[in-house]
Amino acid sequence: MTKAIRRVPSVLALSAAAFASLSAHAEWGNLNMPVGVTELSKEIHSLHMTIFWWCVAIGVFVFGWMIWSLVAFRKSQGAKPDTTMVHSTKAEIIWTVIPVGILVIMAIPAARTLIAIEDMRGSEISIKATGYQWKWQYEYLGEDVSFFSQLDRQSDEARQLKSGVDPNSVQDYLLNVDNPMVVPEDTKIRMLLTGQDVIHAWWVPAFGMKKDAIPGTINELWFKVDAGKTGIYRGQCAELCGRDHGFMPVVVKVVTKEEYKAWLAAQKAAASPAPAEAPADAPAADAVAALPAAPRG
Amino acid sequence: MANSTTAHAHDDHDHKPHGIKRWLYATNHKDIGTMYLVFACAMFFMGGAMALVIRAELFQPGLQFVDPGFFNSMTTMHALLMIFGAVMPAWTGLANWMVPMQVGAPDMALPRLNNFSFWLLPFAFTLLLLTLFVPGGAPAGGWTLYPPLSLQAGDSFPLTIFAIHLMGISSILGAINVVVTILNMRAPGMGLLNMPLFCWTWLITAYLLIAVMPVLAGAVTMLLTDHFFGTSFFTASGGGDPVMFQHIFWFFGHPEVYILILPAFGVVSEIIPTFARKPLFGYESMVYATASIAFLSFIVWAHHMFTVGMPLAGQLFFMLSTMLIAVPTGVKVFNWCATMWKGSISFETPMLFALAFLFLFTLGGFSGLMLAIVPADFQYHDSYFVVAHFHYVLVPGAVFAIMAGVYYWLPKWSGRMYNEKVGKLHFWLSTIGVNVLFFPQHFLGLAGMPRRIPDYSTQFADWNMVSSIGAFIFGFSQLLFVYVVWNAVRSGEKAPARPWEGAHGLEWELPTPAPYHSWDTPPPRNVITQGAMH
Ligand SMILES: [Cu+2]
Repeated sequence: MTKAIRRVPSVLALSAAAFASLSAHAEWGNLNMPVGVTELSKEIHSLHMTIFWWCVAIGVFVFGWMIWSLVAFRKSQGAKPDTTMVHSTKAEIIWTVIPVGILVIMAIPAARTLIAIEDMRGSEISIKATGYQWKWQYEYLGEDVSFFSQLDRQSDEARQLKSGVDPNSVQDYLLNVDNPMVVPEDTKIRMLLTGQDVIHAWWVPAFGMKKDAIPGTINELWFKVDAGKTGIYRGQCAELCGRDHGFMPVVVKVVTKEEYKAWLAAQKAAASPAPAEAPADAPAADAVAALPAAPRG
Repeated sequence: MANSTTAHAHDDHDHKPHGIKRWLYATNHKDIGTMYLVFACAMFFMGGAMALVIRAELFQPGLQFVDPGFFNSMTTMHALLMIFGAVMPAWTGLANWMVPMQVGAPDMALPRLNNFSFWLLPFAFTLLLLTLFVPGGAPAGGWTLYPPLSLQAGDSFPLTIFAIHLMGISSILGAINVVVTILNMRAPGMGLLNMPLFCWTWLITAYLLIAVMPVLAGAVTMLLTDHFFGTSFFTASGGGDPVMFQHIFWFFGHPEVYILILPAFGVVSEIIPTFARKPLFGYESMVYATASIAFLSFIVWAHHMFTVGMPLAGQLFFMLSTMLIAVPTGVKVFNWCATMWKGSISFETPMLFALAFLFLFTLGGFSGLMLAIVPADFQYHDSYFVVAHFHYVLVPGAVFAIMAGVYYWLPKWSGRMYNEKVGKLHFWLSTIGVNVLFFPQHFLGLAGMPRRIPDYSTQFADWNMVSSIGAFIFGFSQLLFVYVVWNAVRSGEKAPARPWEGAHGLEWELPTPAPYHSWDTPPPRNVITQGAMH
């Protein structure tokens, strides 16, 4: 793990650091959406915060009004009802027009981000992810590299009914796989998503995106991890896909461009003598076995 | 049913059949209403028990109690029981009791149909509950029944589909009855815009039901033929499209959401003016807002499925139409606030539940607004944030409004008052419980916990534990509700004809307890205009 100390003076960074060192400890501080490590995830996070603060503002007004009424107009305090107050066209116009205004203000940046999300142009690497009950297959298109990615053995043992294994003793319980997907930083990656049997959904919160992997359909999403944000990012299948839906994590290892080239070359070399028929046993697994276990970012 | 020849006094000795026949052959709107409510209560507890199985398993990480497959059955069955078994029948029960009394009619328009639509339900839910005992277990693909997953079900599959058909028929017939009663049986002199809002919201709900239950029936029938008769509506390998099911399902599903909540708007619009001792503010705008919400509910369905990969234009359209729903909903909330403004407010149990509805439904509305922002929805979708959102609008939303309605009208139904102290205790335990239960789920979802998982990463442990504690507080405090109602009906104090001094509306013009046939002779015009003035 890197020794670089993050000097971001925020609670989020603190809890992230605590998470990295003490992942066995649960988190009271996990209250909000992570900012993420891609351009899109940051935009999404800021949209989330904007709409959240709008809701807070409207909430202060509406709940304030309610509480004021409940306190000021108590019968027990001798309040007399004003039964003539039954209608006001002016008030109704105001409380129709102002919300419309707020919605328009919100809709514009949301639409702008949405257009960016849907813009797949200029991607440098395409990876096809196929959801299976219950694992992911990653195919690096045009590179002849392909492997399966499923829940790591330690989590799998601990998650059995009444296993007796304390989940807190397992590194990254339920969020670790045998073979993570590997991508370079600062590169626009296009994911093609499909399902083999039922619908799954590919989700890495730090990338800001999730999309369904549907049999018979190819969905697309893209992400570009910021330069310098190498590390391991974890997510899960997000569409109910049967019994072990909770046990098919998505793990992405982000490396430097050089490391990626070396990794890809190693994959190809390993694949050429014996074509990857049984990916789980392929030496491919070794290339990524020595991963730092704790997540970053 | 027609006994218009007899005089008023006759009603007081209502010769109703006794014993089991009274219920089996029931054609009286009050008896049928009672059966609906009792049935809904039973399903509420059964669905609640399943929710407690879910929350017990999620109390801490690791699998302690149930197999993941059974866990999925629990989430699926919990939803089906609560939506189709508890909330919808409870609303139909309240409509049965209140609509004839509120519009000045002796009974529902179609009493035998009424009997049939109720008695379908026990059969429907017996079938559904039987699936717990068939090979392969109960349905476990989610109440949304998305194929291809739902097609992997075992023997439960045809039973589930048939049960849904029965529930759908029951709902459609119940809705037809409400529409016919409201449109044809209003007392002379009662215009549509004299009706109390509960009748208005139910009228609009009934049209939604008639419009969308057949769509659900179509969707599940296509599933059935895909499963048994080799069609490929939703099977990709046969040229079908699993996403088409989602479009059809949510074309039903979104109006369904309003079917669950519109009558709640009606109940709250009755209760707040009563306890604020002030007429409802903006009556007509309330009616128009309800109608526009109902209209919009038909053009927002795809916001449940933003992640299926729709064209950009489609996503933009559904984002904007969804955001638009905030406007009429806001109008309603503002009108309720304005109703309380300069009122003279007291805090009896029905009012407390209506106020909790007002606060917490609004909170659920806020998270709904957030979910409408498509890019952010790509994060929220299928996470616990969504679970928190829809439980806020359904539990302290719909369920609290049902309870508010029961507390409000129970004196009229039974002729007896409930115990206000225990009622308030029930209220506070429920309100605290429901927030401890669902508020932390916002955090869980934002932090990245997907919904419908039986076990989770340790970073989610703390808030899950809190949520589970809230679930048990909320769940067990509902036993108090049964106690309060039972106690009132058995041995409550005698209630006056108008137990709430601020109550207006035709139901309060009837003696207490309400006579077996509500208005054998229509109420006089001056009572209508005076009583129904909101
Ligand atoms: Cu999956």
